[in-house]
Amino acid sequence: MHELAVTQSILDIALSEAEKANAKQITSIHLVIGDFAGIVDDSVHFYFDFIKQDTLAQDATLSFRRIAARFRCRVCDTEFAPRDQDWSCPSCDAVAGEVIAGREFYIESIEIE
Amino acid sequence: MTNNIAVIESIPILRANDQVAQDNRALLDSRDIFAVNIMASPGAGKTSLILRTIEALRDTPRVGVIEGDVASRVDAEKIAKSGAPVVQINTQGGCHLEATMVSQALKKLPLNDIDLLFIENVGNLICPVEFRLGEHCNVMLTSVPEGSDKPYKYPSIFTVVDAIVINKIDLLPYCDFNLPAFRELVLGLNPQVQILPLSCRTEKGVSAWTRWLLETMQTS
Repeated sequence: MHELAVTQSILDIALSEAEKANAKQITSIHLVIGDFAGIVDDSVHFYFDFIKQDTLAQDATLSFRRIAARFRCRVCDTEFAPRDQDWSCPSCDAVAGEVIAGREFYIESIEIE
Repeated sequence: MTNNIAVIESIPILRANDQVAQDNRALLDSRDIFAVNIMASPGAGKTSLILRTIEALRDTPRVGVIEGDVASRVDAEKIAKSGAPVVQINTQGGCHLEATMVSQALKKLPLNDIDLLFIENVGNLICPVEFRLGEHCNVMLTSVPEGSDKPYKYPSIFTVVDAIVINKIDLLPYCDFNLPAFRELVLGLNPQVQILPLSCRTEKGVSAWTRWLLETMQTS
Protein backbone atom coordinates (compact mmCIF):
# COMPACT_ATOMS: atom_id res chain seq x y z
CA MET A 1 0.00 0.00 0.00
CA HIS A 2 2.94 2.37 0.47
CA GLU A 3 4.05 1.89 -3.15
CA LEU A 4 2.89 5.35 -4.25
CA ALA A 5 5.18 7.04 -1.71
CA VAL A 6 8.00 4.68 -2.65
CA THR A 7 7.51 5.25 -6.40
CA GLN A 8 7.46 9.01 -5.93
CA SER A 9 10.76 8.77 -4.05
CA ILE A 10 12.29 6.68 -6.84
CA LEU A 11 11.22 9.22 -9.48
CA ASP A 12 12.42 12.19 -7.39
CA ILE A 13 15.86 10.59 -6.93
CA ALA A 14 16.16 9.71 -10.64
CA LEU A 15 15.16 13.23 -11.72
CA SER A 16 17.55 14.88 -9.31
CA GLU A 17 20.47 12.64 -10.38
CA ALA A 18 19.64 13.19 -14.07
CA GLU A 19 19.52 16.94 -13.58
CA LYS A 20 22.90 16.90 -11.85
CA ALA A 21 24.32 15.06 -14.88
CA ASN A 22 22.61 17.41 -17.39
CA ALA A 23 20.79 14.47 -18.98
CA LYS A 24 18.21 14.88 -21.74
CA GLN A 25 16.28 11.87 -20.62
CA ILE A 26 16.28 8.92 -18.26
CA THR A 27 16.13 5.58 -20.07
CA SER A 28 16.04 3.13 -17.21
CA ILE A 29 16.11 2.80 -13.44
CA HIS A 30 17.34 -0.39 -11.80
CA LEU A 31 16.02 -1.27 -8.37
CA VAL A 32 17.11 -3.91 -5.89
CA ILE A 33 14.29 -5.10 -3.66
CA GLY A 34 14.41 -7.87 -1.07
CA ASP A 35 11.49 -10.22 -0.65
CA PHE A 36 11.06 -9.00 2.94
CA ALA A 37 10.83 -5.33 1.86
CA GLY A 38 7.07 -5.53 1.37
CA ILE A 39 7.02 -4.03 -2.11
CA VAL A 40 4.70 -5.20 -4.90
CA ASP A 41 6.46 -4.74 -8.27
CA ASP A 42 3.25 -4.44 -10.31
CA SER A 43 2.01 -1.70 -8.07
CA VAL A 44 5.25 0.29 -8.44
CA HIS A 45 5.07 -0.15 -12.24
CA PHE A 46 1.49 1.06 -12.23
CA TYR A 47 2.24 4.23 -10.27
CA PHE A 48 5.48 4.86 -12.15
CA ASP A 49 3.78 4.86 -15.57
CA PHE A 50 1.35 7.40 -14.18
CA ILE A 51 3.70 9.84 -12.41
CA LYS A 52 6.56 9.78 -14.96
CA GLN A 53 4.46 11.62 -17.56
CA ASP A 54 5.88 14.98 -18.66
CA THR A 55 9.19 14.43 -16.86
CA LEU A 56 12.67 13.45 -18.06
CA ALA A 57 11.67 9.90 -17.14
CA GLN A 58 8.61 9.68 -19.38
CA ASP A 59 10.20 6.98 -21.57
CA ALA A 60 12.10 5.30 -18.77
CA THR A 61 11.70 1.65 -17.86
CA LEU A 62 11.93 0.23 -14.36
CA SER A 63 13.68 -3.02 -13.63
CA PHE A 64 13.57 -5.00 -10.41
CA ARG A 65 16.29 -7.27 -9.14
CA ARG A 66 14.57 -9.36 -6.51
CA ILE A 67 16.62 -10.75 -3.64
CA ALA A 68 15.31 -13.87 -1.94
CA ALA A 69 15.37 -14.00 1.85
CA ARG A 70 18.34 -15.80 3.42
CA PHE A 71 19.19 -16.51 7.03
CA ARG A 72 22.48 -17.28 8.75
CA CYS A 73 22.21 -19.48 11.81
CA ARG A 74 23.64 -17.71 14.85
CA VAL A 75 24.52 -21.05 16.43
CA CYS A 76 26.37 -22.91 13.65
CA ASP A 77 26.77 -20.27 10.89
CA THR A 78 24.91 -22.31 8.25
CA GLU A 79 23.25 -20.13 5.61
CA PHE A 80 19.79 -21.20 4.49
CA ALA A 81 16.56 -20.05 2.87
CA PRO A 82 13.63 -19.77 5.29
CA ARG A 83 10.84 -22.21 4.52
CA ASP A 84 7.20 -21.22 4.82
CA GLN A 85 6.50 -21.91 8.50
CA ASP A 86 9.80 -23.44 9.42
CA TRP A 87 12.70 -21.15 10.14
CA SER A 88 14.82 -23.69 11.94
CA CYS A 89 18.38 -24.27 10.79
CA PRO A 90 18.62 -27.30 8.47
CA SER A 91 21.95 -28.28 10.11
CA CYS A 92 21.40 -27.81 13.83
CA ASP A 93 17.63 -27.16 14.19
CA ALA A 94 18.13 -23.90 16.13
CA VAL A 95 15.54 -21.18 15.47
CA ALA A 96 18.11 -18.40 15.45
CA GLY A 97 18.40 -17.14 11.90
CA GLU A 98 19.85 -13.71 11.32
CA VAL A 99 18.37 -12.12 8.18
CA ILE A 100 21.36 -11.66 5.86
CA ALA A 101 19.41 -11.03 2.66
CA GLY A 102 15.88 -10.01 1.80
CA ARG A 103 15.63 -6.52 3.27
CA GLU A 104 17.33 -4.74 0.31
CA PHE A 105 15.60 -1.55 -0.75
CA TYR A 106 17.68 0.71 -2.98
CA ILE A 107 18.35 2.11 -6.45
CA GLU A 108 21.27 0.28 -8.01
CA SER A 109 21.74 2.44 -11.11
CA ILE A 110 20.08 4.97 -13.36
CA GLU A 111 20.72 5.13 -17.12
CA ILE A 112 20.46 8.44 -18.97
CA GLU A 113 21.02 9.89 -22.42
CA MET B 1 23.75 6.69 -27.32
CA THR B 2 23.19 5.67 -23.74
CA ASN B 3 25.56 6.73 -21.00
CA ASN B 4 25.50 4.83 -17.78
CA ILE B 5 25.64 7.02 -14.74
CA ALA B 6 27.83 5.23 -12.31
CA VAL B 7 25.89 5.40 -9.07
CA ILE B 8 28.93 5.14 -6.87
CA GLU B 9 27.01 4.10 -3.84
CA SER B 10 23.55 2.63 -4.02
CA ILE B 11 20.88 5.18 -3.15
CA PRO B 12 18.36 4.35 -0.43
CA ILE B 13 14.94 4.72 -2.00
CA LEU B 14 13.57 6.76 0.90
CA ARG B 15 16.56 9.15 0.99
CA ALA B 16 14.36 12.27 1.17
CA ASN B 17 12.29 10.87 4.04
CA ASP B 18 15.46 9.81 5.89
CA GLN B 19 16.78 13.39 5.65
CA VAL B 20 13.62 14.89 7.17
CA ALA B 21 13.70 12.19 9.86
CA GLN B 22 17.25 13.28 10.76
CA ASP B 23 16.05 16.89 11.02
CA ASN B 24 13.18 15.79 13.30
CA ARG B 25 15.64 13.86 15.44
CA ALA B 26 17.91 16.89 15.74
CA LEU B 27 14.97 19.05 16.82
CA LEU B 28 13.87 16.47 19.41
CA ASP B 29 17.43 16.12 20.73
CA SER B 30 17.76 19.89 21.06
CA ARG B 31 14.67 19.87 23.32
CA ASP B 32 15.68 16.75 25.27
CA ILE B 33 12.64 14.85 24.04
CA PHE B 34 12.77 11.06 23.70
CA ALA B 35 10.51 9.85 20.88
CA VAL B 36 9.00 6.37 20.59
CA ASN B 37 7.47 5.15 17.33
CA ILE B 38 4.69 2.68 18.12
CA MET B 39 3.72 0.30 15.33
CA ALA B 40 1.01 -2.36 15.38
CA SER B 41 -1.87 -3.79 13.43
CA PRO B 42 -5.27 -2.09 13.88
CA GLY B 43 -6.90 -2.98 17.19
CA ALA B 44 -3.80 -4.25 19.00
CA GLY B 45 -4.25 -1.51 21.60
CA LYS B 46 -1.80 1.27 20.71
CA THR B 47 -3.95 4.06 22.13
CA SER B 48 -4.78 1.97 25.22
CA LEU B 49 -1.07 1.35 25.82
CA ILE B 50 -0.31 5.07 25.56
CA LEU B 51 -3.17 5.93 27.94
CA ARG B 52 -2.05 3.30 30.48
CA THR B 53 1.50 4.61 30.24
CA ILE B 54 0.41 8.22 30.82
CA GLU B 55 -1.53 7.09 33.91
CA ALA B 56 1.39 5.06 35.24
CA LEU B 57 4.03 7.76 34.73
CA ARG B 58 2.02 10.61 36.33
CA ASP B 59 3.83 13.44 34.55
CA THR B 60 7.33 12.12 35.31
CA PRO B 61 8.34 12.23 32.54
CA ARG B 62 5.79 14.49 30.85
CA VAL B 63 4.21 12.75 27.86
CA GLY B 64 3.11 14.18 24.50
CA VAL B 65 1.44 12.24 21.71
CA ILE B 66 1.25 12.34 17.93
CA GLU B 67 -1.68 10.24 16.74
CA GLY B 68 -1.54 8.85 13.21
CA ASP B 69 -4.72 7.55 11.64
CA VAL B 70 -6.15 7.30 8.16
CA ALA B 71 -9.10 9.42 9.29
CA SER B 72 -10.96 10.76 12.37
CA ARG B 73 -9.94 12.38 15.67
CA VAL B 74 -11.28 9.54 17.82
CA ASP B 75 -7.91 8.52 19.28
CA ALA B 76 -6.69 12.09 19.78
CA GLU B 77 -9.82 12.89 21.76
CA LYS B 78 -9.19 9.90 24.05
CA ILE B 79 -5.64 11.09 24.67
CA ALA B 80 -6.71 14.71 25.18
CA LYS B 81 -8.95 13.62 28.06
CA SER B 82 -5.84 12.41 29.89
CA GLY B 83 -4.48 15.96 29.79
CA ALA B 84 -1.45 15.13 27.64
CA PRO B 85 -0.79 17.41 24.67
CA VAL B 86 -1.77 15.62 21.46
CA VAL B 87 -1.78 16.31 17.73
CA GLN B 88 -3.77 14.20 15.30
CA ILE B 89 -2.37 13.44 11.86
CA ASN B 90 -4.87 12.17 9.30
CA THR B 91 -3.04 10.51 6.44
CA GLN B 92 -6.09 10.72 4.11
CA GLY B 93 -5.80 7.12 3.04
CA GLY B 94 -2.03 6.80 3.53
CA CYS B 95 -1.03 3.57 5.26
CA HIS B 96 1.92 4.89 7.29
CA LEU B 97 3.36 8.06 8.79
CA GLU B 98 6.18 9.87 6.99
CA ALA B 99 8.82 12.15 8.46
CA THR B 100 7.31 15.30 6.91
CA MET B 101 3.98 14.60 8.64
CA VAL B 102 5.76 14.30 11.98
CA SER B 103 7.71 17.47 11.24
CA GLN B 104 4.43 19.37 10.77
CA ALA B 105 2.94 17.84 13.91
CA LEU B 106 5.99 18.82 15.99
CA LYS B 107 5.28 22.47 15.14
CA LYS B 108 1.89 22.18 16.82
CA LEU B 109 3.08 20.58 20.07
CA PRO B 110 4.29 22.48 23.15
CA LEU B 111 7.78 20.96 22.97
CA ASN B 112 8.94 22.67 26.16
CA ASP B 113 6.31 20.72 28.11
CA ILE B 114 7.22 17.26 26.77
CA ASP B 115 9.95 14.80 27.82
CA LEU B 116 8.59 11.65 26.22
CA LEU B 117 6.82 11.70 22.85
CA PHE B 118 4.76 8.78 21.62
CA ILE B 119 4.23 8.67 17.87
CA GLU B 120 1.33 6.30 17.26
CA ASN B 121 1.76 5.07 13.70
CA VAL B 122 -1.07 4.02 11.39
CA GLY B 123 -2.23 0.47 12.18
CA ASN B 124 -0.21 -1.62 9.73
CA LEU B 125 2.68 -4.08 10.04
CA ILE B 126 4.25 -3.54 6.61
CA CYS B 127 4.34 0.04 5.42
CA PRO B 128 5.57 1.93 8.53
CA VAL B 129 8.68 -0.25 8.80
CA GLU B 130 10.75 1.50 6.13
CA PHE B 131 9.83 5.08 7.05
CA ARG B 132 12.03 6.59 9.74
CA LEU B 133 10.35 9.48 11.57
CA GLY B 134 13.14 10.81 13.79
CA GLU B 135 12.34 8.44 16.65
CA HIS B 136 14.86 7.21 19.24
CA CYS B 137 13.17 3.89 19.75
CA ASN B 138 10.82 1.59 17.82
CA VAL B 139 8.20 -0.45 19.62
CA MET B 140 5.93 -3.03 18.06
CA LEU B 141 2.70 -3.86 19.79
CA THR B 142 0.96 -7.12 19.07
CA SER B 143 -1.88 -8.82 20.92
CA VAL B 144 -2.85 -12.32 21.95
CA PRO B 145 -5.93 -12.71 19.67
CA GLU B 146 -3.77 -11.90 16.62
CA GLY B 147 -1.91 -15.20 17.05
CA SER B 148 1.73 -16.08 17.52
CA ASP B 149 2.56 -16.69 13.84
CA LYS B 150 2.96 -12.99 12.97
CA PRO B 151 6.78 -13.24 12.55
CA TYR B 152 6.31 -15.63 9.61
CA LYS B 153 3.92 -13.25 7.91
CA TYR B 154 5.56 -9.89 8.62
CA PRO B 155 9.24 -10.65 9.30
CA SER B 156 10.70 -7.21 8.61
CA ILE B 157 9.09 -5.37 11.49
CA PHE B 158 10.51 -7.86 13.98
CA THR B 159 14.05 -7.12 12.82
CA VAL B 160 13.87 -3.33 13.33
CA VAL B 161 12.15 -2.91 16.72
CA ASP B 162 13.73 -2.43 20.14
CA ALA B 163 10.80 -3.90 22.04
CA ILE B 164 7.72 -5.98 21.37
CA VAL B 165 4.79 -5.47 23.68
CA ILE B 166 2.26 -8.34 23.69
CA ASN B 167 -1.06 -6.88 24.80
CA LYS B 168 -4.24 -8.64 26.01
CA ILE B 169 -2.47 -11.42 27.94
CA ASP B 170 -5.64 -11.70 30.03
CA LEU B 171 -7.02 -13.50 26.94
CA LEU B 172 -4.29 -16.19 26.91
CA PRO B 173 -6.63 -18.86 28.38
CA TYR B 174 -9.08 -18.33 25.51
CA CYS B 175 -6.68 -18.10 22.56
CA ASP B 176 -4.09 -20.34 20.94
CA PHE B 177 -1.24 -17.88 21.32
CA ASN B 178 1.95 -19.91 21.86
CA LEU B 179 4.10 -17.55 23.91
CA PRO B 180 7.27 -19.75 24.09
CA ALA B 181 7.18 -20.38 20.31
CA PHE B 182 6.62 -16.66 19.65
CA ARG B 183 9.52 -15.76 21.92
CA GLU B 184 11.84 -18.28 20.22
CA LEU B 185 10.95 -17.03 16.71
CA VAL B 186 11.30 -13.36 17.59
CA LEU B 187 14.56 -13.71 19.52
CA GLY B 188 15.89 -15.75 16.60
CA LEU B 189 15.26 -12.81 14.28
CA ASN B 190 16.34 -10.16 16.74
CA PRO B 191 18.26 -11.37 19.83
CA GLN B 192 18.45 -7.86 21.36
CA VAL B 193 14.70 -7.22 21.38
CA GLN B 194 12.85 -6.86 24.68
CA ILE B 195 9.59 -8.85 24.87
CA LEU B 196 7.04 -7.39 27.27
CA PRO B 197 3.74 -9.25 27.77
CA LEU B 198 1.02 -7.16 29.44
CA SER B 199 -2.65 -6.38 29.64
CA CYS B 200 -3.84 -2.81 29.30
CA ARG B 201 -7.19 -3.95 30.72
CA THR B 202 -5.94 -5.60 33.94
CA GLU B 203 -2.67 -3.56 34.08
CA LYS B 204 -0.64 -6.76 34.61
CA GLY B 205 2.83 -6.22 33.15
CA VAL B 206 2.40 -2.48 32.64
CA SER B 207 5.01 -1.61 35.29
CA ALA B 208 7.64 -3.80 33.58
CA TRP B 209 6.94 -1.91 30.34
CA THR B 210 7.25 1.53 31.93
CA ARG B 211 10.41 0.43 33.76
CA TRP B 212 11.96 -0.69 30.46
CA LEU B 213 10.86 2.54 28.80
CA LEU B 214 12.39 4.76 31.50
CA GLU B 215 15.63 2.78 31.50
CA THR B 216 15.86 3.03 27.71
CA MET B 217 15.21 6.77 27.90
CA GLN B 218 17.93 7.24 30.47
CA THR B 219 20.54 5.24 28.61
CA SER B 220 19.90 6.81 25.21
